[in-house]
Amino acid sequence: MYKYFPHTPDDIQQMLAVAGVASLDDLYAEIPDELKLHRQLNIPSEKSEMEVRQIIETMAADNKRLVCLAGAGVYDHYSPSLVSYLAARSEFSTSYTPYQAEISQGTLQYIFEYQTMMAELTGLDVSNASMYDGTTATAEAMMMCVAAAKKRNRVLISSTFASNVLNVVRTYAGYHGVDLVEVPAKDGVMDREAALALVAQDNVAGLIVAQPNRYGLIEDFTGLAEACHAHKALLAVNTMASALGVLKSPGEWGADIACGDAQSLGIPMSYGGPYIGYLCTTNALIRKMPGRLVGATTDAEGRRAFVLTMQAREQHIRREKATSNICTAQGVMCFYVACYLSLMGKRGLREVNEQSYAAAHYLHDALVGSGRAEDVFPGVAFLNEFTVRIPGARQVREKALALGYLLGVETEGMDDCLTIACTEKTGKQEIDDLLSNL
Amino acid sequence: MAKVIEGLYYAESHEYVRVEGEFGYIGITDYAQDQLGDVVYVDMPEVDDEVTAGEEFGAVESVKAASDLFSPVSGTVVEVNEALEDAPELINQDAFENWIIKVRLSDPSELDALMSAQAYEATCE
Amino acid sequence: MNNVYYGKLIFELSQPGRVGYSLPKSAFEGYSLDDLSAESRRGAEVELPECDELTVARHYTNMSNNNFGVDTGFYPLGSCTMKYNPKINEEVAALPGFNIHPATPAALSQGALRLYDEVQKTLSEIAGLSRFTLNPYAGAHGELTGLMVIRTYHQQRGDTQRTKIIVPDSAHGTNPASAAVCGLQIVQVKSTPRGTVDVEDLKPLLGPDVAGMMMTNPNTLGIFETEIPEIARLVHECGGLMYYDGANLNPMLGVCRPGDMGFDVMHINLHKTFSTPHGGGGPGSGPVGVRQGLEHCLPNPQVVYNEETHLYELRTDEHSLGYVSGWLGNYAIIIRAYAYLLSLGRENIAMAGKLSVLNANYIKESLKDYFNLPIDGLCKHEFVFDGLREEYAGDHHASDHVTTLDVAKRLLDYGYHAPTIYFPLLFHEAMMIEPTETESRDTLDAFIAVMQQIAEEAKANPQMLKTAPHNTPIRRLDDVKAVKEPKFTYRSLQA
Repeated sequence: MYKYFPHTPDDIQQMLAVAGVASLDDLYAEIPDELKLHRQLNIPSEKSEMEVRQIIETMAADNKRLVCLAGAGVYDHYSPSLVSYLAARSEFSTSYTPYQAEISQGTLQYIFEYQTMMAELTGLDVSNASMYDGTTATAEAMMMCVAAAKKRNRVLISSTFASNVLNVVRTYAGYHGVDLVEVPAKDGVMDREAALALVAQDNVAGLIVAQPNRYGLIEDFTGLAEACHAHKALLAVNTMASALGVLKSPGEWGADIACGDAQSLGIPMSYGGPYIGYLCTTNALIRKMPGRLVGATTDAEGRRAFVLTMQAREQHIRREKATSNICTAQGVMCFYVACYLSLMGKRGLREVNEQSYAAAHYLHDALVGSGRAEDVFPGVAFLNEFTVRIPGARQVREKALALGYLLGVETEGMDDCLTIACTEKTGKQEIDDLLSNL
Repeated sequence: MAKVIEGLYYAESHEYVRVEGEFGYIGITDYAQDQLGDVVYVDMPEVDDEVTAGEEFGAVESVKAASDLFSPVSGTVVEVNEALEDAPELINQDAFENWIIKVRLSDPSELDALMSAQAYEATCE
Repeated sequence: MNNVYYGKLIFELSQPGRVGYSLPKSAFEGYSLDDLSAESRRGAEVELPECDELTVARHYTNMSNNNFGVDTGFYPLGSCTMKYNPKINEEVAALPGFNIHPATPAALSQGALRLYDEVQKTLSEIAGLSRFTLNPYAGAHGELTGLMVIRTYHQQRGDTQRTKIIVPDSAHGTNPASAAVCGLQIVQVKSTPRGTVDVEDLKPLLGPDVAGMMMTNPNTLGIFETEIPEIARLVHECGGLMYYDGANLNPMLGVCRPGDMGFDVMHINLHKTFSTPHGGGGPGSGPVGVRQGLEHCLPNPQVVYNEETHLYELRTDEHSLGYVSGWLGNYAIIIRAYAYLLSLGRENIAMAGKLSVLNANYIKESLKDYFNLPIDGLCKHEFVFDGLREEYAGDHHASDHVTTLDVAKRLLDYGYHAPTIYFPLLFHEAMMIEPTETESRDTLDAFIAVMQQIAEEAKANPQMLKTAPHNTPIRRLDDVKAVKEPKFTYRSLQA
C-alpha cells in the first residue's frame, strides 16, 4: 500500500476480474517479453515525506542566497505575499487548460485579466497567454513575422539583445529556415542607419528590437515603424515587462508585435523558471498569433462569461499548419502577473520603477563617482540596469560574491565590464556596505 | 441532403468553379459548408495573387475546425468576395451564391480534370 | 467548486485612490524618472486596477470557487494524466534556497545543480536512455528540441537531405506542429483498424529523405504498438531515428522502457507522468532524453558533474543543437518532480503505471455496453469510446441525437470533469478517458454509475442533455459569438 495509490488488495482482485485478467502483470500480456524490463528500476529507494523534505532542504541550503544586483532579463522585484498565496490555491493549480468553460471560469477570467493588462501595458490590441519565457516569445515573434509576410523569410534582430535571447532566436531561426540577420550596434545601441538600410532592401519580414538592451540602455526607435511599414515589414519590440509601466510602449513606437519576459511582474526568480513570455499584437494580426487566447462571450442565459477562442489557429486543430506548436496556456504564471498588477496598480508599478531607477543610478554614480568604475556608454540613459567598466571586473565580482552580493553579470564580449541591476529591494545600506568593503 | 448545382465544375476537395467567359468564380460546396458548421472566418488571397490548380489559396474557419482551400484551377485573382470579411456566415446561407474568389483562368483545359455535379454528388455519399 | 457564478473582473472593482501594496520609502534622493527624456517615456497613462488587498484576495478566491481541479474531483481527461499533485512537492519547490538568480555562479548553486543532475539521471534510467536535458519548458517544447536533436545528428553526419518526418495519423496535433516549426515536412502514416501503425503503409514511405519517425507507445488510443521492434528496425534501416512522445509514458513506468523499445530520442511531460500540477495549462516541463552517442546534440548548457573538482558545472558544447531556453528550464517544476521521484522510489514507481492501466480497463469494461468501443481488448492507461451506443444516443440524423459533447456537458452537472472529446480525429464522436492510478475504486464506481445514468437520460430525455450543463456556474457558451465578435480585453468589452 502506498499513500498515492488508494487500491486495497481486495479492490485490485475485483477490478482485475472485471478487466478479465488474472494479475496486474497480465494487463501487459500483449507486450513482447523481450521489451519488458524484468527488474526493478535502478533509482533511489522510496522516502517518507520527512526524508524528502530533509533531502531537498539540504540541497536548497547548498545554494548561496546573495543580495541580487544582477538582471540580464531576470529581476529580483518584490512580490506581495498575497500573490503566491493565491497562486497556490489548488482550484487554480490542479486544473488543466480550461477546455470545459462552464467549470473553468476562474482560470479563464484571470487569463482575460492578464490579457487586458498586457495589452494595456504594451499599447497593443491583444495579448496571448501562452509563451514560456522571454527568449522563446521573441523566437515566436520572429516566426510570426515570417508567417505574416508569406513570401519573405528574412528577419532582422538587434544585436543589442541579451545573449540568451539571441541564442534561442538563432536556434529557432536555424531550424525554421529563417534568414536571421543581426543588426550591428553602435555606441551601445542598435545602429539605426544600418537597420533602415536593411529594411529598405524590401526583402525583410520583420525587425525585432530590444528595450532596455543588453547593457541596460534605453534605445530610441523613432522612425523604425514607419520605415518597416513602408517596406511591408513588421516591427516587434521586446521590452522588459516592468519597464512598460514607464517607458514608451511598443504601441507608442508603432510596433506590430510586443514580446518579452513578464518575470519582472511578480514572478519569483526560481533559478530560471517558470516565468511567462508575453506576446501582444494588433487586431489585424490575431490570426497569425501563436498560443491560447481567451475571449468574452455569453452563455445560454445571456450572462457574460469567458472561453478559449480563435482555436482554429492552434496545433490541435491545424496540426502542421498551425501558427506554432504551442500547446501550453501559461496559466498560473498569468495568474502571478494579473494578481501582482491588481495589487500594485498603476501607482505601484510606477513606484517600483521609480525606486529601481533611483537605486541603480545611486549605485552607478557611486561606482563612477568614486573612480572605481567608468561609464562605457556615457550619455545614454538607462533605467534600472547599467554597464560599467571596472578594472579587474572578474575579481571584483568574486570579491562581492564573498561579501554576499551578486554584483551583476560579466558583460559578454566586453572585457572588464559588469552589467548591474537594481530593484526596489535594493537597500541604500546594502549598497553602502558593499562599496565600503569592496 | 446537401445541394449541388448543375453546370459547375467540382473538385474532390469540395471546391467548385463557376465559369463565366474567361473568369472562374471559386467557392466551397454546400456539402463542405455543412460539414464545417458555422463559418466564422475566411482567409482569402489578395487581388493579383496567382493561384495554381491543386494548391492552397486560403482557408475557411469554423469554431472548432479549419479547412484549407485548394484552387481547382490556375489563374490570377481578379476579385475577392469582400462581403465575406464581415459576414463569413454568408457561406452557410448559400455557399454557391457566395463565391470566395474570382480568377482569370490561365488554362481552361484544367476544367476537364474536374467533376460534374452528378459525379461530385456521388463522392459525397 | 461551487455553482454560484462570480463573474466580475478586477477592473470593475477598481476605485480611484485605493492601493493594494506597500513599499519602504526610498532612501535614494535626487533621482527621478522625470529625468528621462520625454521621448523615452510613456505618453499614455497605464490603466491598471486600483484595489485594496482584501478586494483582491476575495476576488481571486471567489474566482477559484468557479474552477474545477484535481483536488476538486475526478478529472478523467484523456492524454493529460491528471493524477494527484502531492503537496510536499509544492512545499519544497518554494524553499527560499531555490529562489535565486539564475546567473548565480555554479560554485554557489551546487545544491540546485545537483538536484538537476539527480533528476536527469533518474529519468535516464526510467527511459532506458543515456542522458536528459531538463531545459525544455513544456511537452511541445520538448518535441521541438528532440526533433532538433534528430536534425543535428543527420547534419553532423553530412546527411542534409533528410527533411521528412513520419507521424501517425492518430498523433497529437503538437507532433506535426513541432515538426513544422523545426522545418521538417510531415508524412502521415495510416493506422490499421485496430488503431496501430500500419506497417505495410509505412514501408513505402521510408527512404533516404526520412529524418525519423515520431510515435507514442501506447498510442493515442491507449493501445500498445506491439510491432514497435519491427517499426524501429525499418526506420533505423533507412537511416532515420525514432522519436518517442512521452505523453503516454505513465503506464510504462518500470515495466517497459522507450530505450528498450528502440527509441533514440524522447521527451517526458513532468506535468503528466511525474505529478507536477498542470496549473491551468502551464507551466509544464518537457525534459528530452537521448540514447548513447547523441548526448552532444542536446541543448546548451548541460549540467555536468566534474569528477576531478567534485563540483557540478554548466558546460556548453559546440556540437550542440544550440539553446532552447533562457536558463535551465522551468526549474521550480523540476524540483517538484524530484520530490515525487524520491517519494515513490524504485519500490512503488512501477505500481503507478500498473494501477493506471487497471483503472482504465475497469472503466472500459464497465461501460462498453453503453458506449461504442471501437477497439476492443486490453488498453493501457486510457481508451477511446466513439460516442453513446445508438440505442441510447438515438438516430444519428435526428435533431435530438445525443452527441459526445452533450454527454461531456452533462458530466459537469454531476461534478466530474469531462473526458477529452473529439480527439483523436480517427473517430467522429471520440471520448478519451484516462483515470490515472490515484483514483480509488469508489471514485470509479461512482463515475461509472453516472455515465450509465447519463446513457439512460439520453434515451428518456435527450433534450435535457442537449441543453446541459444545468448545475454549473454558467451554462453552455456561445462559441461562435466569441470568434465573430472578438473581445480579448476589458477595454474592448467596454467599447
